[in-house]
Amino acid sequence: MKRTLLGALAVSTFLSPIAAAAQTEVQFWHAFTGRLGELVKAQVADFNASQSDYVVVESHKGNYSETLNAGIAAFRAGEQPHILMVFEVGTATMMAAEGAVRPVYEVMGESGATFDPDAYIGAVKGYYTSTDGDMLSLPFNSSTPVLWVNRDAMAAAGVDPDTDLSTWQNVGAVLDQLKAGGEDCPLVTAWQSWIHLENLSAYHDVPFASQDNGFAGLDTELMLNGEAQVAHLTAMGEWARDGKFIYTGRRNEGGANFRAGECALFTESSAGYAGIKSEAEFEFDVRPLPYWEGVGNSPQNTIIGGASLWVMSGHEADEYKGAGEFLSYLSSSDVQAKWHQDTGYLPITTEAGEATRASGFYDANPGTDIAVIQMTAKEPTANSKGLRLGSFDQIRGIIDEELEGIWSGDKTAQEAMDSAKERGDALLRRFETANN
Amino acid sequence: MEKRVTFRGWLLPLVLIAPQVVISLVFFFYPAGQAIWQSLFIPDPFGLSSQYVGLGNFEFLLNDKFYRAAFGTTAIFSILVTLCSMIPALFLAVIADRLIKGSGVYRTMLIWPYAVAPAVAGVLWLFMFNTRVGVISWYLGQLGYDWNHVLNGGEAMGLVVVASAWGRISYNFLFFFAALQAVPRSVIEAAAIDGARFWRRFWTIVLPLLSPTTFFLLVVNVVYSFFETFGVIHTITGGGPQQSTTILVYKVFSDGFVGQDLGSSSAQSVILLVVVGLLTIIQFKFIEKRVHY
Repeated sequence: MKRTLLGALAVSTFLSPIAAAAQTEVQFWHAFTGRLGELVKAQVADFNASQSDYVVVESHKGNYSETLNAGIAAFRAGEQPHILMVFEVGTATMMAAEGAVRPVYEVMGESGATFDPDAYIGAVKGYYTSTDGDMLSLPFNSSTPVLWVNRDAMAAAGVDPDTDLSTWQNVGAVLDQLKAGGEDCPLVTAWQSWIHLENLSAYHDVPFASQDNGFAGLDTELMLNGEAQVAHLTAMGEWARDGKFIYTGRRNEGGANFRAGECALFTESSAGYAGIKSEAEFEFDVRPLPYWEGVGNSPQNTIIGGASLWVMSGHEADEYKGAGEFLSYLSSSDVQAKWHQDTGYLPITTEAGEATRASGFYDANPGTDIAVIQMTAKEPTANSKGLRLGSFDQIRGIIDEELEGIWSGDKTAQEAMDSAKERGDALLRRFETANN
Repeated sequence: MEKRVTFRGWLLPLVLIAPQVVISLVFFFYPAGQAIWQSLFIPDPFGLSSQYVGLGNFEFLLNDKFYRAAFGTTAIFSILVTLCSMIPALFLAVIADRLIKGSGVYRTMLIWPYAVAPAVAGVLWLFMFNTRVGVISWYLGQLGYDWNHVLNGGEAMGLVVVASAWGRISYNFLFFFAALQAVPRSVIEAAAIDGARFWRRFWTIVLPLLSPTTFFLLVVNVVYSFFETFGVIHTITGGGPQQSTTILVYKVFSDGFVGQDLGSSSAQSVILLVVVGLLTIIQFKFIEKRVHY
């Protein structure tokens, strides 16, 4: 008995390194929890089951900022993962770190899998492409802000749920009616800087920052204190003061209020779909993000938010092959179409979008294609291609603080945005110094 | 007459103090030296390159009016946390000291919160005051008070102070309680015979005899509110609204580990090192003189 046990132990000790060596491990760090976390786990499990050469190991590393910081700290310690999820705000930081990352077009090209840069949707790809036209990171989850409507709450306050909400002028009138109809929370938002400043600027074709929003160079300055932005924030500030716009926090805290049925209108990413669909016990629908009639060239197109996958440097060649295979798997049409339909994130390839349309998904789920249309309706201009600003996570923090100043009535919109510009520009200059 | 035990020779004393010296060098002097060195550069986040800027980081900081404001915020925060954790602790200790039966149970219950980590304490308080689902904010709403620490700087400050001080009361209680037990009964009894009532005895006899403990706790609590409260601030307010709860240490953390601006973060650490050094000198020079051992 004892001998067989020892024998088994010896055999298993011999075997285990061989078993481990047969499959190359690829580390993948991401920021998803809840329903999205489950979907990512499923994608990874499917990939691992589909082939026997590589094992992708996924780990959750906290929210977007925490994941980026975990990746950076790990790189400094020489323990970086192969694939790191970085939100769009960290793009400029990653692009500037040439020695720390390997461009995905290179990695995917070397892996033997076919890589066709033209397969990806321009508005999504543009955000993550270098000035030479090379794709540096793989867009993973991209979304754009839309307007979510609680139809039951509208009806309860005596407002026709089918009222036209395409312009902020109309929304303003509806907010008055909702308030008069006894609604305590007419409008709530998630990601205030992203929706009410960054996308607002792109949607009205006005610059958010100089140098083509940072695409053309590091010597960029914020221009968010322009007329269009200040006018919008002034209106929002008045709504906040009158209790028509309820401020809940800097991230997507407002989602809880909306999903619980407490609010009538909610400006949030199109990717709010997964959560709203599973939790909302009321009739809801999706509308395009409103714009101000007569301001700038509205409606231009909105820009993306979300994250892309970066391949980090300093690993073995066969591990990069595995990473390339995994990224190719993720961008394959079936995987993308399923991801798009499950989450409300945009499909990253044209083919996946067409497959979704062909399957009849948009007809069965009205409104799910609004984000796609809103993003791709017009050819992007220099103001609506996206943003590429260094230290942008911190700048967003500054913008959040200044916006809170407007909501609480401490500052006028003009004062707050002038101050945001001054403080943000100081950080942009530091980023320029650090990366020269 | 003072009695001194002295070692013969140098070797043995050197060996005996070596572990402490090594620990100080490795964990204090080396990182402090690195912070000073790094404060002269602006590195990129990945540590691939860095630009020498001389005193540029300090210049940048001192020109930032929010950084200057953080000094005031830190002072207010530290004073409030120290007061809010020491006064209730002393009060509870005095009450518990008078108990004849069941003091063990009270003692254990009062020490309990100390076992809760600051970040967890932060989340607990955040839940109670959550503007949407919080129990206390709901009751305040019933009373007609609209609680919103997300936008109101004063409320945010109050909340982080309470959350930081709460767990600390236990720690202070423990020390005050032990110190009260050590106050000689004979002195108190003599005063009682002379006709001094409880509070009179407390102010004129007990409190002065507690002064070494109070001084010790003062130093420890100020250090605590400076350095160990950032977990609470991070979970509750993230330094907001409009930086009204950004204390110096939190800014070091958020600029360095959230913003990845290690140059500025190092410069802030150096400034903080100077501030805490000065504070400690002041405490020992001026307050300790009034302490009776």
